Amino acid sequence: MNKTIKSKIHQAYLESIKKENRNIRLVQLFIFISFFLLWEVSSLRGWINPLLFSSPTKIGSLFIEKISDGSLYIHVFFTLGETVLGFILGTLLGTLLAALLWWSPFLSKVLDPYLVVLNAMPKVALGPILIVAIGPNFGSIIAMGILISIIITTLVVYTAFQNVDANYIKVVRSFGGNKKQCFKEVILPACFPNIISSLKVNVGLSWVGVIVGEFLVSKQGLGYMIIYGFQVFNFTLVLMSLLIIAVMATVMYQGVEWLERKLIKHRL
Amino acid sequence: MALLQLKSVGQTYFSKTSATTALEDISLSVQEGEFISLLGPSGCGKSTLLSMIAGLLTPTVGTVTVNNQLVTSPHPKIGYMLQQDYLFPWKTIQDNITLGLKLRNQHSLENVQAAVKLLKEIGLDHTLTKYPSELSGGMRQRVALVRTLATQPKILLLDEPFSALDYQTKLKLEDLVSSTLKEHGKTAILVTHDIGEAIAMSDTVILLSTNPGRIFRTFKMPETLKTLPPFEARQHPDFSATFQQIWEELEHIEQNDKE
Repeated sequence: MNKTIKSKIHQAYLESIKKENRNIRLVQLFIFISFFLLWEVSSLRGWINPLLFSSPTKIGSLFIEKISDGSLYIHVFFTLGETVLGFILGTLLGTLLAALLWWSPFLSKVLDPYLVVLNAMPKVALGPILIVAIGPNFGSIIAMGILISIIITTLVVYTAFQNVDANYIKVVRSFGGNKKQCFKEVILPACFPNIISSLKVNVGLSWVGVIVGEFLVSKQGLGYMIIYGFQVFNFTLVLMSLLIIAVMATVMYQGVEWLERKLIKHRL
Repeated sequence: MALLQLKSVGQTYFSKTSATTALEDISLSVQEGEFISLLGPSGCGKSTLLSMIAGLLTPTVGTVTVNNQLVTSPHPKIGYMLQQDYLFPWKTIQDNITLGLKLRNQHSLENVQAAVKLLKEIGLDHTLTKYPSELSGGMRQRVALVRTLATQPKILLLDEPFSALDYQTKLKLEDLVSSTLKEHGKTAILVTHDIGEAIAMSDTVILLSTNPGRIFRTFKMPETLKTLPPFEARQHPDFSATFQQIWEELEHIEQNDKE
């Protein structure tokens, strides 16, 4: 008797959670559809300037056209590749730099003010210098993607390294472990969640770096498409590129989140 | 001859504004198989002393020797157990208990099997593939004991290993640790601020005074208590008499401290 009542109440509880989730999804879907609908209608009726703001159907047909003539793939492919390389390299190099700082407290004290300055400086402004230094190519775009994420990664990961409970290191040292083993057995695995979460931040940062890089130099990529669209006053092309970027950035972010769940499911 | 010997060991900490002497003139010799407790109010340098014996901290003055060998770095014959388990949450129980073997380059099949056997003795062999977060506090501290014993140290240093546990678990673990150490013929030094625990578990209780920490009194536990497991020792009539005696000495230390 008691058991059946309990399971009934539990059922009701699960039901209410399901209902809430369904409502959230419904409202989200509603906002999504009404946004595009409103956009379409206002463009059609001339409430907004169709030349500037285009419309979802125009963007859609341009998208289909670009897909069918195959010219979109190369742009998406380039930008995607640059971004992925940018944020992975940015995170890796940032972590490496953090490891170096952890290894040498002297170095960390020496570099502290420089890191603060570098972090505060708008890295995008270095774009033109990069182009001259590296050349107007793939390399300088990736360098832009790395540059924009490396310092903040270093700072975040180094702080995480420092905040690892010293008693874990005591355990390793009591077994005769050296500094390298302390890093490998404790510091790095303990900060894995922090590294992954800086990866998440870097996904966004790297997109900015790469698109700005493409603005400046590229003959290919979505950033190039945006700049080209501006120059020929084809705002449908600009908005389409933006939408593609939004979708891909979201997918990438979800991918990193999935990775996060996979890798750190045993943590407290 | 004593297994472990401390000769007028002292430790001074330096800061920008002061030099604080935490420990002064500690001389101690520990025989093989002996169980010693270091008892004292907080701030008497108990844990500092343990760190020096473990080779994690070099004494400012004096020497620590094991088998007449000077201890300058973490000695393979000394195992250290901390206040909390500090199992690595990203490693399975098996990887946790074999951590010491890996670090000491003793990661042979034979040694791993011995560690697993130890885990079985302690009743936790079913947790081998689990992660620490799936275990209770008492279980985790038992796993930590296995991790410490896996490298087969001769001397075990226990730094308030039961202080983070609830009372019931603590009493059970005292019995388990005591019997496990006896069975394997280990020498142990326990740091605690719990008088009852010190009496119930040890052969000798050393009382430390504060500011700076020195050996204040040494109590040999009555034979009647030594042979009993900790839980039963707590019920024995001799227990309360000894408790009373140590309690009074501790009061003395506190009074001296105030003056």
